[in-house]
Amino acid sequence: MSSASTLTESAAHGTHDVHHEHHHDTFITKYIFSQDHKTIAKQFLVTGIIWAFIGGLFSVVFRLQLGYPNASFPILEDLFGHWAKGGKIQPEFYYALVTMHGTVLVFFVLTAGLSGTFANFLIPLQIGARDMASPFLNMLSYWFFFLASVVMISSLFVQTGPASGGWTIYPPLSALGDASSGSKIGMDLWLVSMALFVVSSLLGGLNYITTILNMRTKGMSMTRMPLTIWALFFTAVLGVLSFPVLLSGAILLLFDRNLGTSFFLSDIVVAGKILPNEGGSAILFQHLFWFLGHPEVYIILLPAMGMSSEILSVNSRKPIFGYMAMVGSLFAITILAFLVWAHHMFVTGLNPLLGGVFVLLTLLIAVPSAIKVFNWLTTLWRGSIRFTPAMLFAIGFVSLFISGGLTGIFLGNSALDIHLHDTYFVVAHFHIVMGVASFFGMFAGIYHWYPKMFGRYLNNTLGYIHFWTTIAGAYLIFWPMHYEGLAGMPRRYYDFSNWESFKMFGGLNEFISMVAMVVFAVQLLFVFNFFYSIWKGRKVRDSNPWGATTLEWTTPIRPGHGNWPGDIPEVHRWPYDYSKDGQDFIDQTVPVGPNESQH
Amino acid sequence: MTDFFLVAILVMIFVVIFQIAKASEYVSVLKGQEKSRKQNNRINGFLMMVFLVLGLLGAWYCNELYYGKTLFPQGSASVEGEKIDTMLWITIAVTGVVFIITQIILFYFGFKYQEKDNTRAFYFPHNNKLELLWTTVPAIFLTVLVAFGLKYWFIFTSDPPSNAIVVEVTGHQFGWDFRYPGNDGVLGKKSYKLYNQPAGNTLGVDFNDSASIDDIHLTEMHIPKGTPVKLVINAMDVIHDVGLSHFRMKMDAVPGIPTTLWFTPKYTTEEMRKITGNPNFVYELSCDQMCGKGHFTMRGIIIVEEPAAYASWLKEQKPEYGTLFPDNTKNTATPDSMSKAPIAQIK
Repeated sequence: MSSASTLTESAAHGTHDVHHEHHHDTFITKYIFSQDHKTIAKQFLVTGIIWAFIGGLFSVVFRLQLGYPNASFPILEDLFGHWAKGGKIQPEFYYALVTMHGTVLVFFVLTAGLSGTFANFLIPLQIGARDMASPFLNMLSYWFFFLASVVMISSLFVQTGPASGGWTIYPPLSALGDASSGSKIGMDLWLVSMALFVVSSLLGGLNYITTILNMRTKGMSMTRMPLTIWALFFTAVLGVLSFPVLLSGAILLLFDRNLGTSFFLSDIVVAGKILPNEGGSAILFQHLFWFLGHPEVYIILLPAMGMSSEILSVNSRKPIFGYMAMVGSLFAITILAFLVWAHHMFVTGLNPLLGGVFVLLTLLIAVPSAIKVFNWLTTLWRGSIRFTPAMLFAIGFVSLFISGGLTGIFLGNSALDIHLHDTYFVVAHFHIVMGVASFFGMFAGIYHWYPKMFGRYLNNTLGYIHFWTTIAGAYLIFWPMHYEGLAGMPRRYYDFSNWESFKMFGGLNEFISMVAMVVFAVQLLFVFNFFYSIWKGRKVRDSNPWGATTLEWTTPIRPGHGNWPGDIPEVHRWPYDYSKDGQDFIDQTVPVGPNESQH
Repeated sequence: MTDFFLVAILVMIFVVIFQIAKASEYVSVLKGQEKSRKQNNRINGFLMMVFLVLGLLGAWYCNELYYGKTLFPQGSASVEGEKIDTMLWITIAVTGVVFIITQIILFYFGFKYQEKDNTRAFYFPHNNKLELLWTTVPAIFLTVLVAFGLKYWFIFTSDPPSNAIVVEVTGHQFGWDFRYPGNDGVLGKKSYKLYNQPAGNTLGVDFNDSASIDDIHLTEMHIPKGTPVKLVINAMDVIHDVGLSHFRMKMDAVPGIPTTLWFTPKYTTEEMRKITGNPNFVYELSCDQMCGKGHFTMRGIIIVEEPAAYASWLKEQKPEYGTLFPDNTKNTATPDSMSKAPIAQIK
């Protein structure tokens, strides 16, 4: 704690020699219980990569079932025992895989792995602070995430299996052990893990907001912050305001499951037993869940938007077009994110008038989204583009955001949603716009800031292979799913072969599964590149390898705890002075010249 | 053995790719950073155009392959569903244009504005007129889409016409039950507390209610062509969903909260067999809300018939009361006589 408070003070005063801290750093304080925001960021990143591997592997296994519903794979029985009896994935196992795939990727990878990594890493470096407002809470945030991870992993090994009612865990299915074996102890563990996760997310979020509001260096007014910081700020606001609602929903569900309350239960006969619960509402849970669940989509998406904005600008050698409009549209998306949750519930028997209001608010989001897309395109216009792997992923992000965003206009319109709800159209939509697109933002961020994190570069050629196969694969997997959805093919089906209406897509499902396996293999190449390059990658020799204006590149190549060895630099201009007045770029720390025009 | 070879081949491919990547890094060091960066730029700029062209061709080819398998070439099987198809076409038109234009611009700009020796980037931080343009144009298009959408939405969610026939649909793990109101046109009361499987009362029907005496309980749904059908939807255990993709209708089945939907079938099952050219065609009712391990088996069959055929079919169906209490069927049962029936005893 003492070192933490020293650092906070030193950040406040702006001058302090932090090098003496390093003498008494042991392995444990430096790498395990570290309070350095950069180390915590790396902890989030590595944990996130491990989770992404697990979650991706789940999808490969269930894609085997969807692609080859009649085949048997003896190796699966060796690995999973009775869950894959006779080499065939059992329905319970299939549903557990689908549920855990969603849970892991939405929460553990694209929330904690993405925000946790880049908010921790970039906020102090880009606003000019020595560390987070509270390094200790920051450390706790990671360790609560770690605990949540341990509990979630342990749920995979209980005899009745992990939660298997879908990542949205709608009761009564998730409330009644008699309705599904995944709703036994596995579900309790899921809820406990999620409660720990919410605590982690709140500790992190409060820290991010406080740091951004209070600890910016001299001259770093809010409107001089890079868009990454704006995006991470709004992400944190979303998380802090909406995650507690999920926590309350999870606790009420735990009560219903274990203490005999009836918040979400009424009028139920399950497995031949008439339940005594009366007066609850199953739909109430959906309101609580989606009040988090929809902002969650933007918690996942906004950091990717912010990082892509920054990377597009740096590698086009141009200012981001319409900085204020970009901030404004992030703000508009943040506000609207809280007002659209019921568009997930158009077919629950919602009051039609209320449904109409949600249609209007939902489609309103398309306006700020359109502004962002056109501003990104204009940023590229007449640029001088350098195709680093990070730049490619940022361009890929824009492409995927357009594709997936446009299908949102179908689903947000309740009349069309009647036909498309819970079909593969939805699967295609959200995988493209929030799954793959956010992954692209995350990859862009990793390739771009890897030199700052580890003082080495990722291998470029592997990066190019990674990008081109992943974007091609993502479209090959998800584009045809729109057609399955238009045919009404429902999500979360274990086998379609008995359905006259859906069985004609068997060949397509097999094709999708094959592509999914190739894409997964390519991600392994990336993971290998990531870990190999930490020790063996090409060394960074230039402290500002991308020619960027922002503060993180004014630190030493491998900044120590405290980030700047001397004073924290003062900021004199916005972060997007690229190709201005005949100069390639002008650092944020350079004072504005007497005759220089301001943007 | 094949597994082993497969893994070995995969590992080999990995090693080869990795060695190439490693070698290219050494080459770039030898050539000089500047030079290799320019080469990478040219290659990736070119790939931008390749991806754009192949992508658009691929989207066209995908449409060729699968459009025929969606439900849209054959049209909606319900009168109301036609509006959903109209909506879909309007939305595809608007979003399709935006999609093609923006993707072409994105990848073409990538190719066109790649770094070149003699050009500099253009300092262009903002332009209010442009930004106003692409705020208002999307807003106008969205207003049109919202207007269409809401107009249809309020039609679908309005009360059905008064001549609608009523069928009650109940979902349970894992199947569907259908209940017809019989001659009196009124469904008898029911309560989950009256559920009694041994006695056969799986829906919890209250046979003390005289309206339930002529109700018919079936596991297959028949409906007449051309008449509005109103479904009253329930669930016994967990949330299910009545998905009727051919009719473009869908509604959740929630325990304790009855929901409704209505539509007017346009084609009989026989007619649809001719339209689709599939002699095995049936209207299927799919469960579209995750409900447990048998979710994918919750298949209901709906037969749409000419009104006359429907009427004669309905006449042949026996009320549930008669099958559960064969002794009471001869005399007109009174609610009182039911009090001794086992089903009424459940607390």
